[in-house]
Amino acid sequence: MANFYNDNPDLKHHLNHPLMQKIVELKERNFADADKFDYAPLNFEDAMDSYDKVLEIVGEICGGRIAENAESVDHQGPRVENNRVIYADGTQENLELCRKAGLMGMSMPRRLGGLNFPITPYIMAADIVSRADTGFENLWGLQDCAETIYEFASEDQKQRFIPRVCQGETMSMDLTEPDAGSDLQSVMLKATEQPDGTWRLNGVKRFITNGDSDIHLVLARSEDGTKDGRGLSMFIYDKRDGGVNVRRIENKMGIKGSPTCELTYKNAKAELCGSRRLGLIKYVMALMNGARLGIAAQSVGVSERAYREALDYAKERKQFGKAIIEFPAVYEMLAVMKAKLDASRALLYETSRFVDIYKIYDDIAKERSLTPEERKEAKTYSKLADACTPLAKGLGSEYCNQNAYDAIQIHGGSGFMKDYACERVYRDARITSIYEGTTQLQVVAAIRHVTTGTYLGLIREYEATEIKESLQPLRNVLIDLTAKYEAAVASVLEAKDQTYTDFMARRMVEMAGNIIMSYLLILDANRNDAFVKSAEVYNKMAQAEVNKHADFIANFTPSQIEAYKA
Amino acid sequence: MSLNIIVLAKQVPDTRNVGKDAMKEDGTINRAALPAIFNPEDLNALEQALRLKEANPGSTVTLLTMGLPRAAEVIREAMFRGADGGIVLTDRTLGGADTLATSYSLAQAVKKFGNYDIILGGRQAIDGDTAQVGPQIAEKLGIPQVTYAEEIIDLKDGFVTVKRRLENGIETVKAPLPCVVTVNGSAAECRPRNAMLLQKYKYAASTSEKAKLSEEMQALLDKRPYLNIAEWSAAFVEADPEQIGLAGSPTKVKAIENVVFTAKESRCIDNNDEQIEELIKELITNHTIG
Repeated sequence: MANFYNDNPDLKHHLNHPLMQKIVELKERNFADADKFDYAPLNFEDAMDSYDKVLEIVGEICGGRIAENAESVDHQGPRVENNRVIYADGTQENLELCRKAGLMGMSMPRRLGGLNFPITPYIMAADIVSRADTGFENLWGLQDCAETIYEFASEDQKQRFIPRVCQGETMSMDLTEPDAGSDLQSVMLKATEQPDGTWRLNGVKRFITNGDSDIHLVLARSEDGTKDGRGLSMFIYDKRDGGVNVRRIENKMGIKGSPTCELTYKNAKAELCGSRRLGLIKYVMALMNGARLGIAAQSVGVSERAYREALDYAKERKQFGKAIIEFPAVYEMLAVMKAKLDASRALLYETSRFVDIYKIYDDIAKERSLTPEERKEAKTYSKLADACTPLAKGLGSEYCNQNAYDAIQIHGGSGFMKDYACERVYRDARITSIYEGTTQLQVVAAIRHVTTGTYLGLIREYEATEIKESLQPLRNVLIDLTAKYEAAVASVLEAKDQTYTDFMARRMVEMAGNIIMSYLLILDANRNDAFVKSAEVYNKMAQAEVNKHADFIANFTPSQIEAYKA
Repeated sequence: MSLNIIVLAKQVPDTRNVGKDAMKEDGTINRAALPAIFNPEDLNALEQALRLKEANPGSTVTLLTMGLPRAAEVIREAMFRGADGGIVLTDRTLGGADTLATSYSLAQAVKKFGNYDIILGGRQAIDGDTAQVGPQIAEKLGIPQVTYAEEIIDLKDGFVTVKRRLENGIETVKAPLPCVVTVNGSAAECRPRNAMLLQKYKYAASTSEKAKLSEEMQALLDKRPYLNIAEWSAAFVEADPEQIGLAGSPTKVKAIENVVFTAKESRCIDNNDEQIEELIKELITNHTIG
């Protein structure tokens, strides 16, 4: 049986990034837990060794049962009986394995029963789980919601709910409604306060992943008569209290093991999480950023799977007397797939490190006041995380779709049949660029970092990093591309036309993303020769892509948008 | 009711993926070419033990293994899954033991351990495939044995009820405690290693492993008694030198041959009902099938 962690040295490379020292030391508060908990690390090396060994467990379970179950889960899927969801047999087994292995509540603090892992190794586990079974990654990855409880709920709520998540109870985030998809301000689910301080929820939610979970985070309208996001609050609903039923589950194209539910709330008892009116504007935004990073990880897992399926087939399949991987048309596709995989993974872990640092500072700020330098640093990383999350999710999910498409192409006619895993991978990939905000909405989130220069600042930092002589030519290409990016952005902004900026936003965001990912691969190659090829291939691709967009923008005038209008 | 459970486990060369260099020229196993693993059916036994522990709060699961000091690895693996600790029975004089000498040595260790309610072990190890050690231990201890166990259905009032997987079906038997139960590979798969237990026990070391650690780590083990894996010698378990190791092993390997299976005869029949029917009848008559 394969071990999906040990068979992929790229993961160890990312885990052992130099910035981890700072992350671990901050996260472990100078290893103060070592005397209180028998499983807490003694020092930095000990912590890293634990992440490595726990990821080995993840890799073992994923390469074993979870990967083996993926096909039957895809065929059987979940069902609804008496308003309750019953998972596919394989899904139940997968959840049981993850519980037994203690892989729930990985990032939660020890005092609440968690492993106190930073986000980076947790995200790495998500990457591995997704490679084995993309739909299952959702059920497992919804432990992320505990993060929202940890950040915003009262101490009493943390004590009551988080240990249950660490023990393996599942979660869901009930946001979407029939008339509130991308536009969450329109949420109508009604929350009414009771004299005893609890609340009652009434209404309908739709497209809720794992909607029959044990503990729900619910976005609902607490302020009667309001119509926008400021009238929404966040609630915790405990399935033990009853009141929420599953009306039906969707019949989906992919991630079929993950039940997507329509829920009806009938006087469901719930409790307020955090402050009233901050539900959407503060908590959902935080929740979504975490969820987007999760989808970015899921996308990388899909890319990995697609690439490996394609590579294995191309080595094995013989035509015209040789393995098809020997034909330039095929090896080029594979090289580009690997480059996209490596690029999106590099950005994923860069982002998760940024998230780690600012979130840990946020947490420390609850214990003591931060020094001015710490505050400044926290702000910087928070901004970088905010800028990189939509890039990682947006571009990573597009790349995984492209890789899934190419994996089938390499399989030829066989790939179109149900006999090979690549067809499932292709269907599973499709949702990644849609849920938790479509790629188009990631562009909306990212564009302000184009206009305010966050990306350019990051690019300048990468540019100034010392690298090996041999990688210099690749950097020279990027210096040239950065100038083109700057010129393109300047020309778009010069028009002072919001519609024109919106129209060109995707191109500018992609240009920034291409340059950033190309730099990250150069830095990876600088640390590890295994990345040199991908750094070169992606650099070529970035050059072509950035030039394409620069050309388009240079040859366009705002009035030409007319031809595109519906 | 809390139980004292002993699990017999063996560290074995992984014979499931045997390459060309698995055997030396003299016909013995080339241990260097084969990774040392937890004998698979012993893992099935461990799972049954851990289920008993869960069902009977306060119970302890102790691993007992005989082998080189490095066999402490299987004890750690078991601790990562929920076992409480273990004993490595290790001694130069124990080397070269056949199943008789092995079961004698292990039975002595069990006697030394004393108070136990049930002993679980895998049906057989993948290196020797004898399935003799478990039953022989039961004989030497003078207690009942249940072999080919697939599931422990129940344990109460001094009896254990066990489902056995036999060649032609399933048998459910009841035995008084204490007893030895050897578990089949068809039993439930062992649970995975647990992230929290792994972090708790990863520095667990046997006495000889501890001696090689840095002073700092030794101090840690002194501070945390649960990280110490006991090592017992032949003398400690009061084993008779005549009955252990090579001296106590009547089995002598005379020669080992490599056998290559080849199909001696093949026959082609036409793809029609009559010919197939005829062949089936023939195979039934000569007892190849049925």
